[in-house]
Amino acid sequence: MTASDTVNDFDARPCGGVSDPAVLVLRPARSWAPIDLRELWNFRELLFFLTWRDIKVRYKQTALGAAWALLQPLMMMVVFSIFFGRLAKVPSDNLPYPLFVYCGLLPWQLFAHSLTESGNSLVASERLITKVYFPRLVIPLSSVLGGLVDFAIAFTILILMMIGYGVAPTLALLTLPLFVGMTVLTALAAGLWLSALNVRYRDVRYTLGFIVQFWLFATPVAYPSSMLPSAWRVIYGLNPMAGVVEGVRWAVLGKSAPPPGLLLVSFAVVITMLVGGVFYFRRMEQHFGDIV
Amino acid sequence: MTDHAVRCHGIGKQYRIGQREAYDSLRDAITRAFRARSGWQRKRDPSLSGMRVGTGNMIWALKDVSFDVHRGQVLGIVGRNGAGKSTLLKILSRITSPSAGHAEIRGRVGSLLEVGTGFHPELTGRENIFLNAAILGMKRVDIKRQFDAIVEFAEVERFIDTPVKRYSSGMYVRLAFAVAAHIEPEILVVDEVLAVGDASFQKRCLGRMNDIARGGRTVLFVSHNMAAVQSLCSRAVLLEGGRVQRVGSADDVVSHYLQKAFDPVSVREWPDIASAPGNEAVRLRSARVVPHDNLETGFITVKTPIRIEFEYWNLRPGARLNLSMHVHNERGVMAFNAISLNEPVWHGRGFPPGLFRSSCLIPGDLLNDGIYRIQLMLVQDEGIVLHTEDDALILEVADSPEGRGNWHGKWQGVLRPILEWETGLISPLTAEPA
Repeated sequence: MTASDTVNDFDARPCGGVSDPAVLVLRPARSWAPIDLRELWNFRELLFFLTWRDIKVRYKQTALGAAWALLQPLMMMVVFSIFFGRLAKVPSDNLPYPLFVYCGLLPWQLFAHSLTESGNSLVASERLITKVYFPRLVIPLSSVLGGLVDFAIAFTILILMMIGYGVAPTLALLTLPLFVGMTVLTALAAGLWLSALNVRYRDVRYTLGFIVQFWLFATPVAYPSSMLPSAWRVIYGLNPMAGVVEGVRWAVLGKSAPPPGLLLVSFAVVITMLVGGVFYFRRMEQHFGDIV
Repeated sequence: MTDHAVRCHGIGKQYRIGQREAYDSLRDAITRAFRARSGWQRKRDPSLSGMRVGTGNMIWALKDVSFDVHRGQVLGIVGRNGAGKSTLLKILSRITSPSAGHAEIRGRVGSLLEVGTGFHPELTGRENIFLNAAILGMKRVDIKRQFDAIVEFAEVERFIDTPVKRYSSGMYVRLAFAVAAHIEPEILVVDEVLAVGDASFQKRCLGRMNDIARGGRTVLFVSHNMAAVQSLCSRAVLLEGGRVQRVGSADDVVSHYLQKAFDPVSVREWPDIASAPGNEAVRLRSARVVPHDNLETGFITVKTPIRIEFEYWNLRPGARLNLSMHVHNERGVMAFNAISLNEPVWHGRGFPPGLFRSSCLIPGDLLNDGIYRIQLMLVQDEGIVLHTEDDALILEVADSPEGRGNWHGKWQGVLRPILEWETGLISPLTAEPA
């Protein structure tokens, strides 16, 4: 038998005992398991509930509640504006530095939050994994999606700042969902690798914070990528977040478009990481129940 | 079209010993990679593909397990701890994959290996119902339809919008079970989740299980509670050491299990006086459990009087000896301590050197069902412990359906005495004359 014999129909309803629901065959773990999108679709409600739980719980016992989603990027903006903008006089592509940096911080925080949450998600959901079956992809997926709400909240400040600084969006704004989507996919791609690795090697947990910090400096959040020699910019795209952050600035603030070469490289890297991550995840998934 | 809901064909599950406790650190993986490279060890761990294991300390938690379950059947899975029951349930509920063999499953599987999976303390009862039910595989429309029934079953109407962290543990468990009891899979896989809540709630849980079973659903039910297995299940599988020992009617399998439950630790002998446990004062020669009836099967239930016998050498002339027996249950709680101070013949006298036998009788209707470990102390002058033998004997007391009334849950308590009850009518309540 081949993998295609593994039919799994969770929608099969009881029909008076005369139906012949699809047969599910359980067999030893395979080295490579293809992604079962239909099954994932069947579990979309669980994805929704887990995302909703993460958001609900995150601010439930905090004094300031969802205001944290605003305060974090705001405080970062203030610190960056003082140290990089004022003191170090980092150029900002002819935009007011606070606006420049806040616009970069939004996708960055979405990414950093989603990556940290998804990287730890499987280990944190140990109880679920060892007690109930569902496609494990739902877990890192839900932690990535949870960051979008914070992003939306923090985005309102950006709108206010644009009004304040008198910066009007251009038609490029239409590409914003694309870049936000790419942020989520980048976080998911890295999160899939890290969360699955984290199950086997708990070292990942301690490395995550370092990875995120390191990644921040490799990303043009506090500085523009135009600071780099132009020959380097395509290589810079190997960091997908470089393309994303520059892309978001272009989409929202209408500054000069990021070099297409950089964007293409970023896209290619994200897709490769994601496909690889999904396969690695699916492969490891079969053992999560044993080793988490 | 077959009428099987579940078919297992030679299911096996292999674990690396210690795997569950130790997840690797990166350092281990790196050293292992180097070692594997240098030694060209290519032995692969089937449960951890992609990872080479240098040593061969693998165990089969399950081996060659084959059985069928018909649609609508309620199958009990019994066996002592470590027999592989939970592993089997985990495979059938897709939490882990088998290492060998395969299983065919027709229909949606819902598993209850624990109640309250995914409950979050910060969320309210209402929120947790939706979350938990979604985790257990229920669709939102079904949750909405069942919502009132769940709340009613759990008896938490007033607190439904309170975070569950403020619930009493009883309320928490009731809510958790209520959600679980209302999932409607075609095949329900249940681990021993019935041992929750207070007595009346347990009774309703069993009732609900009965309804589910009667409702034509296929149920796989793992339990230590033979009374519950016998009353709920039509068929049963006995697992022992990861293998299927017996498949058949629930009554047959349960009685077979209870007979086999008798452990070899019911007899221990040290015929060589030089190496027997003890010291220059005393040495233990044997310890044994002798059931008062069922001598041929050695089968002990909560009803069986048990004689405990010890043989020991006294090596010092004139020592005044007595025995002290500590009986612990499987959780390590001491059930009682019995001391031979009331022994009529030898107590208080000096023992000449020689071989002695002391025995005592544990009456029936005293111990609860479960495992008891007997620790023996050989004592001099009623206070000086000469020798202590831990786990001198281990006895397993089986449950008995007698004397339980309508109660099928786990009988609580360390002991299970039958006491003399008396009831009398003091004065009847008659209608007051107007």
